[in-house]
Amino acid sequence: MNGNVIEVKAVYKDYETAAGPFPVLKDVNLTIASGDYVAIMGPSGSGKSTFMNILGCLDRPTSGEYFLTGHAVAHMETNHLAQLRNKTIGFVFQGFNLLARSTLLDNVALPLVYAGEDKTLRQQKAKHLLEKVGLGKYLQSRPNQISGGQQQRVAIARALVNSPSLILADEPTGNLDSKTSEEIMALFDELNHEGITIILVTHEQDIAEHASRQVRFLDGRIVEDTRNKVIDSESA
Amino acid sequence: MFTAMLGEAWHAMGANRLRTFLTMLGMMIGVGAVVLMMAIGEGAQQSIKKSIDSMGSNLFIVLSGSPSAAGARSGSGNSATLNVKDAEAIGDLDGISAVGPVSMGSAQVVYAGNNWNTTVIGTTPGYLQVRDWNLEDGYVFSDSDLRSSTRVALIGKTVAQNLFGDDVDPLGKTIRIKQSPFLIQGVLESKGQSLDGRDQDDTIIVPLTTAQRKLFGNQIPGSVRMVLVQAESDKVMNMAEDSINSLLHQRHNIRENAENDFTVRNMTAMANAAAETTRTMSMLLGAIASISLLVGGIGIMNIMLVSVTERTREIGIRMAIGARERDILMQFLLEACVISIVGCMIGILIGVGGAYLVHHFLGSDVVISSQSITLAFAVAASVGVFFGFYPAKKAARMNPIEALRFQ
Repeated sequence: MNGNVIEVKAVYKDYETAAGPFPVLKDVNLTIASGDYVAIMGPSGSGKSTFMNILGCLDRPTSGEYFLTGHAVAHMETNHLAQLRNKTIGFVFQGFNLLARSTLLDNVALPLVYAGEDKTLRQQKAKHLLEKVGLGKYLQSRPNQISGGQQQRVAIARALVNSPSLILADEPTGNLDSKTSEEIMALFDELNHEGITIILVTHEQDIAEHASRQVRFLDGRIVEDTRNKVIDSESA
Repeated sequence: MFTAMLGEAWHAMGANRLRTFLTMLGMMIGVGAVVLMMAIGEGAQQSIKKSIDSMGSNLFIVLSGSPSAAGARSGSGNSATLNVKDAEAIGDLDGISAVGPVSMGSAQVVYAGNNWNTTVIGTTPGYLQVRDWNLEDGYVFSDSDLRSSTRVALIGKTVAQNLFGDDVDPLGKTIRIKQSPFLIQGVLESKGQSLDGRDQDDTIIVPLTTAQRKLFGNQIPGSVRMVLVQAESDKVMNMAEDSINSLLHQRHNIRENAENDFTVRNMTAMANAAAETTRTMSMLLGAIASISLLVGGIGIMNIMLVSVTERTREIGIRMAIGARERDILMQFLLEACVISIVGCMIGILIGVGGAYLVHHFLGSDVVISSQSITLAFAVAASVGVFFGFYPAKKAARMNPIEALRFQ
């Protein structure tokens, strides 16, 4: 490790179609340092979702190299990928993706179950994080008993529970109104201040403004990589 | 980790109670049927075994031949071709441990105001030995009783019940058989039903000579209807049968190729055949019941497949946050096993309850063996694993990206 959480080198990704392989990512190179706050932008079909899946170890590149905290991911087998997702990455999704039947406490503690932690530690950590995101009163509630913004806070608590090196947020405010969006983004800002690396995918410019770096995809390539700058002429 | 997963399996089952119950119902009925059928089969086998034991072991019956008069033949035992001397000669053969010549008929018996019709058997003490029949009270008549045709009787339980009731001790009382007074010298132990369903306790045993001379008259002196023969062991049964045959051939001067005037029946072989039939029946019952277990298992598989599809997104979430393939596999396998094992336990209760109802209302013997319960349990658990495996594997093999995108 050399202070970089992510190093992506010459990554290509093809999808198999009836008409032969269709290239989605073409020669993508990206390095993200520890503690960075990056927004990934681009119109739909630009390859940013595919890139996110590769960053999140849910998918593997067709060719090229990807190092996550120094681990070569590109040729790793699925069980190792699962462990890497469990220990190194915290996911936050657009649709919250909480388990409807479980309590908030159990939802937040779930990654620790797969990490093999014992019950008291799981409960203790999950409780602590729910308190941190301001939901200490709802430990035993179910996801359908709280608002969308609160559900996203639970998802963030779940992403943080295994002390990951990086948080991957895929359109985290896409299902929220603008006021709640601001609250969620404030929470991300605060986490970044605490030193957590955050990568968020969005197509809303004002959300992307929270990040300190903006990476723009178009037709499977990175076309723009700007740091801490303001308003670009077009937003997709 | 395991307990956490077990808890989740329990929750998942609770989420759709009616569906879980209906899935379990298949297992319950299957296991219940197996336990019940095995209990009934085992009960039938035991009652057959009891009847066989009551008959006496290593037993032959030698019947006198069927006489023919002007071409019309009557049944076995109706002619007087066997006599006491034949019985004694058979008793002297190698491999024979006891013989009991029998002369029998039915008679009206009277004590005080009660009367009863029963079978009177005239025989020797050897008969009781062959039948392995002991006295509950009193003592067996002796050889001198046989020589002097004494009027003494041993009575069966059913006869005692009908003539004397519960309160009177029959021992030493005098009853009348066909008007002649007989002193009751012993009460026979209860033997219950015979293989063909007759009440073996509905009988009176008197000395052979007394029966021949004083009860049933006598066309040919010394003739008997049949002779019960006990071999020393089941190994010498075949040898004994052959030597009885050749002995009687010789004694009755039957030429080669001429028809026998007697019949030798190997009762033990017949009894074993009856036991074999029952065993086959109970295996058949068990096999048919097992089919319902199979159907129950298919029901579990069906529901698990539906459940895996419905929870595709949940599987995707779990995979994204770090569940390995085997974690997902375990989760669904565990769920299938919990359903089948809980179903099995309830099924065992149903089976045991059903067996008691059958016993109570139909009166058949039922035997619930721990063996049948263990078997049902083991089968149910393997059904859970076997039919849960495919759906669980399907869940574990999902692609997390596609699973997350599932609506």
